[in-house]
Amino acid sequence: MPVSVQEADFDVGAEIEALGARTDNAGAVASFVGLVRGGEILAMTLEHYPGMTEKALAEIVVEARRRWQLLGVRVIHRVGRLSPGERIVFVAVSSSHRHDAFAACEFIMDYLKTQAPFWKREDTVAGGRWVDARESDDAALARWRGGA
Amino acid sequence: MTVKVLYFASLREAFGVAEEALVLPPGVTTPAGLRDHIVARGEPWAQLGRTKNLRCAVNQAMAGFDAALGPGDEVAFFPPVTGG
Repeated sequence: MPVSVQEADFDVGAEIEALGARTDNAGAVASFVGLVRGGEILAMTLEHYPGMTEKALAEIVVEARRRWQLLGVRVIHRVGRLSPGERIVFVAVSSSHRHDAFAACEFIMDYLKTQAPFWKREDTVAGGRWVDARESDDAALARWRGGA
Repeated sequence: MTVKVLYFASLREAFGVAEEALVLPPGVTTPAGLRDHIVARGEPWAQLGRTKNLRCAVNQAMAGFDAALGPGDEVAFFPPVTGG
């Protein structure tokens, strides 16, 4: 499966190796790892919509493959309670040339941020709060819609 | 007709309910109508009408509030997503 939603952590090196880039004539692998930021946050809990989440992520991968020449794609998103410094999300893309890999990796993250049904709740010293959506994330998405 | 309604994140927390089955009165045929029907129950449900940029999904796909609902549909209401 190119898409996983899971509580468990993942091994970045093993996931990149499992893309198969070295055996299918890829010339490039681009990857992104999202982390729980430190600071005021004691922990973060990620809620999602089981069933829809997996479909939304799979659709994002299909759209990325439609736009760029890609060989392998892997998306992992963690759910549940996470501490600062922990990995939340992983995207890796292999392709013949770096441009497709870089662009598709960024596209998948921008789409995921605004289209996949995940919600973050932060625990801080002042109590818990649901994270508000950011307009800059919508702007990042609009860039792809306008350009392609 | 009966539909399954799901609530997520701050809405689920405010309502203390993650899902319910609702029998829709005649004339309620869209997520917008369903939202208004739920809001009319008063607090805490009225929060559904005050949620900024409320989103909805029908049968696990993002949908517009004017989508046509059918018997047995799964309708989800939630605030804008914040994953990644």
